[in-house]
Amino acid sequence: MSNPRIAARFAALKAANRLGLVTFITAGDPNYETCQEILLGLPAMGADIIELGMPFSDPMADGPAIQAASLRALSSGMNVARTLELVAELRTQNKTTPVVLMGYYNPIYRYGVQPFARDAAAAGVDGVIVVDLPPEEDAECREPLASVAIDFIRLVTPTTTPQRLQTIAAHASGFLYYVTLTGVTGTQDMAVDDTREALQRLRSQVKLPVAAGFGIKSAQQIAALQGAADAVVVGSAIVREIEKTLNTPKETANATLQFVKHLAGGLV
Amino acid sequence: MPETARKIDHQPSFRAMPDTQGHFGMFGGRFVAETLMPLILAVEDAYHTARRDPDFQKEFDSLMTDYVGRPSPLYFAKRLTDKLGGAKIYFKRDELNHTGAHKINNCIGQILLARRMGKTRIIAETGAGQHGVATATVAALFNMPCIIYMGAHDIERQKPNVFRMKLLGAEVRPVTSGSQSLKDAMNEALRDWVTNVHDTFYIIGTVAGPHPYPMLVRDFQSIIGREVRQQMHDKEGRLPDHLVACIGGGSNAMGLFYEFLDEPSVALHGVEAAGEGLHTSKHAASLQGGKPGVLHGNRTYLLQDDDGQITEAHSISAGLDYPGIGPEHASLFDARRVTYGTATDAEALEAFKLCCRTEGIIPALEPAHALAYVTQLAPALSRDELLVMNLCGRGDKDIFTVAHHLGVSL
Repeated sequence: MSNPRIAARFAALKAANRLGLVTFITAGDPNYETCQEILLGLPAMGADIIELGMPFSDPMADGPAIQAASLRALSSGMNVARTLELVAELRTQNKTTPVVLMGYYNPIYRYGVQPFARDAAAAGVDGVIVVDLPPEEDAECREPLASVAIDFIRLVTPTTTPQRLQTIAAHASGFLYYVTLTGVTGTQDMAVDDTREALQRLRSQVKLPVAAGFGIKSAQQIAALQGAADAVVVGSAIVREIEKTLNTPKETANATLQFVKHLAGGLV
Repeated sequence: MPETARKIDHQPSFRAMPDTQGHFGMFGGRFVAETLMPLILAVEDAYHTARRDPDFQKEFDSLMTDYVGRPSPLYFAKRLTDKLGGAKIYFKRDELNHTGAHKINNCIGQILLARRMGKTRIIAETGAGQHGVATATVAALFNMPCIIYMGAHDIERQKPNVFRMKLLGAEVRPVTSGSQSLKDAMNEALRDWVTNVHDTFYIIGTVAGPHPYPMLVRDFQSIIGREVRQQMHDKEGRLPDHLVACIGGGSNAMGLFYEFLDEPSVALHGVEAAGEGLHTSKHAASLQGGKPGVLHGNRTYLLQDDDGQITEAHSISAGLDYPGIGPEHASLFDARRVTYGTATDAEALEAFKLCCRTEGIIPALEPAHALAYVTQLAPALSRDELLVMNLCGRGDKDIFTVAHHLGVSL
């Protein structure tokens, strides 16, 4: 059972012939209240889909920016239950913007996959990305989520062979997340030509919408992917806006939201 | 089902694990980022081909003999046996290997594999520095650039090994995230790997990580147990009764145990580091103080909080200071095939001193944990029982730590 909110959002983007913006922040970064303020403001600033990081002590696929965000969130007392609370709060005001949780498997496993699926659905979560659950291992998490209409978003990378793409696409739902580079989040810039070429190849082989992420930091880079993807994901660059204002906490939410608005300007 | 088949006793073999997906019962597996999956599948393919290739085996064996100095002796520790007054204690002298620990066995195997796969750059994580030194050694031998990730805290407490790695031409990159020890070094090595996936081979130092690592590291280390079987046969004409090894990730223990897993008469004992005590939060006993979880590519027992956040391990021994354990141990723990005990920092220090003065051997702090356990176990056994402890590393690297704990300034 696929998620209606995600499907509707990609259908709307397609109808408007527009590239979607997926914004990433870490739940509870720098603390619950500020994160909530940012989260509630994101849709109005042009976020088409909200990706919310579930903080983890050992984020081995993330670069320094998101590692630090994760630690800030954990030291402010964030956990899985509070992350779901944040989503539930957003849902009292917004019924249309899809929310995708992104994280590592252990906190979900510890919470219990079945209770997690139940509580995430109740909170209004639409999709889940688990970085360290490749197709070989993801059934135990993907199936319980599918039963409550939460999409399990799978990743495609520059190392994905055509044969492996078939395996990945077979049980993917919602959209495919194309990782534009081999590396961790937020440390390098994507190569525009290679990425466009890879996306073109990928979209000719799969039916699901494709969101491109990793190494996308600016409105110009977003503009450069116009027509090549269905959506782009910006993460570390947004998280760095939070980091920059840690000493002036009153400005954090506004500065971060203004940056998102600026990014959305690259969508045209 | 034919009549004959039903009569066969289907006692499952503990040596048949992992399955084709890398699972040891519910543990193990391949929990890595998608970017790494194609490479991990390629490592598995390369390993399956290599181990059927007589030339690969021949080169491995010849390096074991002429470069590492195997077989390592099986030494009857007579004075210790007399002092403890119970089982006959043998030490498997893997501290006499080139580079001073068992780690080199695995590194030789993996670098041969890296070369077969056409990889040109080597990375590794290290805790105590023994695996880092062994990796730097084989990288020098095979003329490949080598980067070692090491927690900044471990760099501080293992200075001699840091210098050794540099002498061998490796670059040691300090890791300042998290607890600045082994788990954080492994995170950073994984980040490097995912970034340099095209040319880089990650030589994992223990029986953990994504499949096929727990299997292949065990296989390369299992030379320890095969030698013990032969040597014990030559000396005593029979199998040993008890095998004891310390466990961080658990590679020296798997290397010793694997040969004997299906010998019901051989009791196996793994010793985890209890740090300041299992009742405190400062220990590294993943089996006895942890819960199943997923980290660093495998499902296993982990030290973690109720939210699934990994907690910091603690041990006087940098090599045991890891919040997880190899998945095969997790499975053997649940199956109760291996008895897992613990030794505290203080007990390990006492055993360290005992070994120095009784046998004239300065052990690493890691096997000092195994020895602490032996001092409890051996006196409870009868004099005709045979006990083998893996003396898996020598203690030169630890003298600064020990001096510090004994209040001596060098």
